[in-house]
Amino acid sequence: MPDPPSPALLSAAGVVKRFGHVQALRGAAFDAYAGEVVALIGDNGAGKSTLVKVLSGALRPDAGSMTLGGEPLDLRDPLDAQRLGIETVYQDLALAYDLDAAANLHLGRETLRRPPLGWLGMLDKDAMRAGAVEAFRSLRITLPDVTVPVRSLSGGQRQCVAVARAVAWATRVVFMDEPTAALGVVQRRQVLDVIRRVRDRGVAVVLISHNLPEVLAVADRVEVLRLGRRVARYASADASVKDLVRAMTGAVTTEDPP
Amino acid sequence: MPKLLWREPVGTATGPRVVTLGAVAGRESGGLVVLLVAVGILALVSNEFLTGGNLSNLARQVAIFGIIAVGELLVILTAGIDLSVGSVLALSGAVTAQLLVAGVPVPLAIGVGIAVGVVLGLVNGMLVTRLKLPPFIATLGMLGIARGIVLVITDAKTVQGSGLPQGFQTIANGTVLGVPNLLIIAAGVTAAAWFVLTRTVFGRYVYAVGSNPESARLAGVPVRTVTVSVYAISGLLAGLGGVLLTSRLGAGIPTAGTGFELNAIAACVIGGASLFGAKGSALGAATGALIMGVLNNGGNLLAINAFYLQIAIGVLIIVAVAFDQWNTRAAARSG
Repeated sequence: MPDPPSPALLSAAGVVKRFGHVQALRGAAFDAYAGEVVALIGDNGAGKSTLVKVLSGALRPDAGSMTLGGEPLDLRDPLDAQRLGIETVYQDLALAYDLDAAANLHLGRETLRRPPLGWLGMLDKDAMRAGAVEAFRSLRITLPDVTVPVRSLSGGQRQCVAVARAVAWATRVVFMDEPTAALGVVQRRQVLDVIRRVRDRGVAVVLISHNLPEVLAVADRVEVLRLGRRVARYASADASVKDLVRAMTGAVTTEDPP
Repeated sequence: MPKLLWREPVGTATGPRVVTLGAVAGRESGGLVVLLVAVGILALVSNEFLTGGNLSNLARQVAIFGIIAVGELLVILTAGIDLSVGSVLALSGAVTAQLLVAGVPVPLAIGVGIAVGVVLGLVNGMLVTRLKLPPFIATLGMLGIARGIVLVITDAKTVQGSGLPQGFQTIANGTVLGVPNLLIIAAGVTAAAWFVLTRTVFGRYVYAVGSNPESARLAGVPVRTVTVSVYAISGLLAGLGGVLLTSRLGAGIPTAGTGFELNAIAACVIGGASLFGAKGSALGAATGALIMGVLNNGGNLLAINAFYLQIAIGVLIIVAVAFDQWNTRAAARSG
């Protein structure tokens, strides 16, 4: 196996999730290591999004075990995950379009003025604005203005705001669900650059993508999901698009026994 | 593989921007213009408009209505609606009057009256967040319930007894240095709402919930608490309005506040609020209330048939929203 020797930062095994009669995950396994980009791929309906929602606290699994840094992990909601340094860029971005980029970056984690003004819940807008400018600069994300509503930004800029928010707070794992879908060429490259820079900070980046050449270009490892189960793992350096397609479509035998 | 030759040259900055009226005054700028024009015209064509007597009369008329509109605005900002404010106002006012007639001390009677509003607001909030009822339906039900209760407990009769205590009536009819108390209270409520909405975490959460409740939830915003709170505040301000109206009239009127909910919504919309949530300001709601008050007042002074005024305010609502839509589309095109 092409796994790095150190133990996985985030590890899941035997994850089951049912929606009524539909079994989206049938004993799925997943591993992510610190300081790597791991791509999670699979055909439509393979269970990628469900697995990510389980791992990021948005869904509770029916069965299975998860560990973070060797400790058992039990997430009741996305806030639990956030407290542990696990962040998610959702496919629909989950931004408040009427708030500006700085406000979105700090939403749910606002900086307050020092007491006594802080006791009134008074916002320290200057600090948050400066923090946002710094966060964008450190990722080399260019925005025309962090004080205009996100609604007035372009699709790529919105994507960058969502990515920057997740990255600014993530200390251990970032999930990115199709972060480059619907982006132009320049912006796609910008987001991929950001992903690499986040990895270099020692964070585990989990990339969900349909774009296989892009997956091979940016990911260090690839885990393939099929019909709710992990069927293959590759080091991207050793894999071709053809290998990935074969694994996704069932031409490779199941890796994890059912 | 060719090298990347071009990168978006814009930097992340909060550089200088073109300052427009909209940038300074926000979305209520259109309302402010309308208000100034209306005041200007009335000052020119009517000798009485700018007299102290008329202005303090105008202030008294608008104040209670402005307080209700500010509460309504908070709910509208979360993309909700509160149709029960008029009925809640009547119930709070009548309860206060009944307690006063029964000899209960003034502060306690006021406290209970306002508490009635808060409780009904909390019920609205629970119906919306726990039973997942559409706000329109939940508060429409409360509109009927609160009105029914006030008619039952008063037997549809004015609550006056042998006259409410003078100290209580002074609250809404007195002045401080010539400024009507009602105006001071309404200005205080508006300023407090402005502060909370623009400067505090709670205010930011109100806009976040109105913008996209699911996004807000995922970001860690306590969406339910915020939603229940805005209905409770709307109920509180409706209760306060009821107490003040009872004080002003010296009696609890069971039919008071009929139609106030629609006027409050109209004031918010004229002041730049969007019923889709997350757009609007306390200053805008107060401006909207003031515009409607000035038009009514001016109409009376100029002896214009009140029926025409209703038409004018109806047109104003449509123009305000149409203008906003047009503005939004223009911004989308240029953006």
